[in-house]
Amino acid sequence: MNPAGHPDAADDRGFLAPPGGRRGLGSWVFSTDHKRIGLLYLGCILALFLAGALLGLAMRLKLMTPGNELLAAQTYNAVFTLHGVIMIFLVLIPSIPASFGNFLLPLHIGANDVAFPRLNLLSWWLYLAGALVAFVSIFSGSGAPDTGWTFYVPFSQRTTTNVSVAVLAVFILGFSSILTGLNFVTTIHQLRAPGLTWRRLSLFVWSLYATAWIQVLATPILGITALLIFSERVLNLGLFDASRGGDPLLYQHLFWIYSHPAVYIMILPAMGVVSDIIPVFARKRIFGYKMIAFSSLAIASVGSLVWAHHMFTSGMSDLAVLVFSFLTFIVAVPSAIKVFNWLSTLYKGSISLEPPLLYTLGFIWMFSVGGLSGLAQGAAGANIHVHDTYFVVAHFHYVIFGGTGLGLFAALHFWLPKMFGRMYNRRRALAAFWVILAGMNLLYFPMFILGLMGMPRRYYDYLPQFATGQFMSTVGSWILALGLLLMFHNLYAGLRRGPLAGPNPWGAATLEWTLPSPPPRENFAQEPVVHKGPYDFPRQGGHA
Amino acid sequence: MDPGDNQPAPRILSSRLLTAVWAALACLTGLTMLLASIDLGFYNVLAALAIATAKALLVIAFFMHLKYEGRLLKGLLFLAFVLLAIFIGLTFLDLAFRAPGQS
Amino acid sequence: MPEPRRDQAGAKLGMWLFLYSEMVLFGGLFLLYAAYLHRYQPEFHRAAQGLDALLGGINTVVLITSSLFMALSLTALQTGQPGRCLGMLALTVLLGASFLVNKALEWGEKFQHGIYPGSPGVLALPPGEGTFYSLYFALTGLHGLHVLVGVVLLGVVMLMLWRGRLRQDHPALLENAGLYWHLVDLIWLFLFPLFYLIT
Repeated sequence: MNPAGHPDAADDRGFLAPPGGRRGLGSWVFSTDHKRIGLLYLGCILALFLAGALLGLAMRLKLMTPGNELLAAQTYNAVFTLHGVIMIFLVLIPSIPASFGNFLLPLHIGANDVAFPRLNLLSWWLYLAGALVAFVSIFSGSGAPDTGWTFYVPFSQRTTTNVSVAVLAVFILGFSSILTGLNFVTTIHQLRAPGLTWRRLSLFVWSLYATAWIQVLATPILGITALLIFSERVLNLGLFDASRGGDPLLYQHLFWIYSHPAVYIMILPAMGVVSDIIPVFARKRIFGYKMIAFSSLAIASVGSLVWAHHMFTSGMSDLAVLVFSFLTFIVAVPSAIKVFNWLSTLYKGSISLEPPLLYTLGFIWMFSVGGLSGLAQGAAGANIHVHDTYFVVAHFHYVIFGGTGLGLFAALHFWLPKMFGRMYNRRRALAAFWVILAGMNLLYFPMFILGLMGMPRRYYDYLPQFATGQFMSTVGSWILALGLLLMFHNLYAGLRRGPLAGPNPWGAATLEWTLPSPPPRENFAQEPVVHKGPYDFPRQGGHA
Repeated sequence: MDPGDNQPAPRILSSRLLTAVWAALACLTGLTMLLASIDLGFYNVLAALAIATAKALLVIAFFMHLKYEGRLLKGLLFLAFVLLAIFIGLTFLDLAFRAPGQS
Repeated sequence: MPEPRRDQAGAKLGMWLFLYSEMVLFGGLFLLYAAYLHRYQPEFHRAAQGLDALLGGINTVVLITSSLFMALSLTALQTGQPGRCLGMLALTVLLGASFLVNKALEWGEKFQHGIYPGSPGVLALPPGEGTFYSLYFALTGLHGLHVLVGVVLLGVVMLMLWRGRLRQDHPALLENAGLYWHLVDLIWLFLFPLFYLIT
């Protein structure tokens, strides 16, 4: 199945070859090539993911038994804050769009680069600067931030830890995200190849398009919220200070106006990856193309109207609770449309269970559990019971790690052979998947039950009745870590020493597979002209 | 949906037109200051915002050339304003309907 | 449907997208303003009397006039008069700078009366009036920063024009700088009545 004998692939390192003989770091960090920028992002994101995962492991270790004092209380507060800030702002929000989006968007639409290559490089530099500032906030001032990633007032105003610097990092990262979104929207509007009409865009590009809109139109609210926390602390404006006539709830409104759509920034691109992978391994045209594309836009727009479901117990008006609960149920509809369409695509397909498809199926399972448990919290009555408990923690880890995380891993298994031209070991990739899936479920499922039993999130210690669930969860974290190690090792070994993958190892039909692997620096030697849709496979599949 | 297709050639606005727009803006500024000196209660705020919106539309249409741009940019501007209105409107579902004593 | 590369249109679309995000950025503060005006209507009316409407009006005229010169500079470049374009830009920058000076004088006067963010003077005010001034400093401060950025940006454009790097058939940079400047004007058009005229 591996066309290793591809003639001119042996020495052709494509865009990975040093440009103009220039080697070293400079040829990467100053390159405006979208493929190189995509890889820069990917490297940073994976490194920070490992850092965030280590913090998570430390937390789980501390929570393994009641009364455990492995971490001091203040350290524990800092650790869960950093875990959240790193995973949300530095890993998940840029994850798929900034890495795979950058690498693939121009390839998918037959362009030579994004619309503003230099701006693209600036986005990456801002991302790096944001990461550095976040790093500085940990080790400078009077201690790492301890507010949780949500920076809720009044605590974030009062705490003596280094929140001011941390919110500046968030502001910079937000700016980077806006510029990426702006770049992508313009690219998709302006640079599509001849014949590539909107209805011939791959669903991955559609999901990037919907995501980019949220990035452009919602992220500025995060920017202003971060600036307000900063000025509350430095200038003492008192806008959220109840003792001075401010309304702390307005902070929560502003924060979630961005941060709820932000979870769609995280999940939509993963959904796009899934929509692109499933037809390839079912050897079937995607079922309901238009509905999947439409549901991406629907999720992006309706998802911007549900933010206050994070605030049902905060003292909001009853009318607002009612309306936001209703809107929350509405947003489940387009997500369900996607799941049903994916399953319909698989139905009676000629399925080959390669690693990318397996990770994708993992996504669908985890996302369904996470999404449905989200509805349980979206119901205003049930929410009062589970608000701020482990149930919420389990929900968003199922959606975000099980969803976006597995989506990212599926993308890695699908596109790394394209990026580096080499194939990983198939058997080990499959084995790693099962370990990861088992670890994830053992880690997070007990949290649903702990939450229903009343275990509040972010607590340093707990009562003995929660001990079994907490212990199981910690064991799950070890299994998950083992699975991740297996997977990353396999991928790394594959891209270093694996057999040559050839231009189209999966027999996929989107434009990037018409190029050699890795793709040449200039992408397309001549502008491609598109005559067919992204999922029109040749009658005889590319598989030997 | 499609972007800059059938985009009109860049249009050069005459100095005369631009100056006329400026004069209108200046007159509206005078008008809004005049209105503010009359006490109309909350209508003062509404009138001031209405005039500000009129001025903004003048700036957008002529100084920013939006009148001569394609449908895409116009539609997107509309989208941005609708979005802001929704953000503020939905927040008021909370603020304006809290039970008495709950603040 | 052949689609040629349209750099010019692309640059414009990108700039407008940026402007939309700027509008939403200010939108967050406008949301706070609306919320607190709703809660503290009488207090806002009283506090607004502490601001000089005439000074605000003058600044409004200064900004819209600068916007006029900005628009005229684009017309000048498009009709092949780079010298006139440069002059118009210089007037724009001059007016932008005088807006900032005016603003600084206004803030300075407030500071002298003990009204600045978090000052004892502000803390002593009744709740709603203090909130009004906090919003005033936050919004006009953020706006002032944008004017400052605009002035610097226009300075760069002037430099490029001076060196002959801006051509008649490729006015994207001038156009985009102009769009940014008009946006700054646009935001002030709303700040002016909201802070100075609701007495």
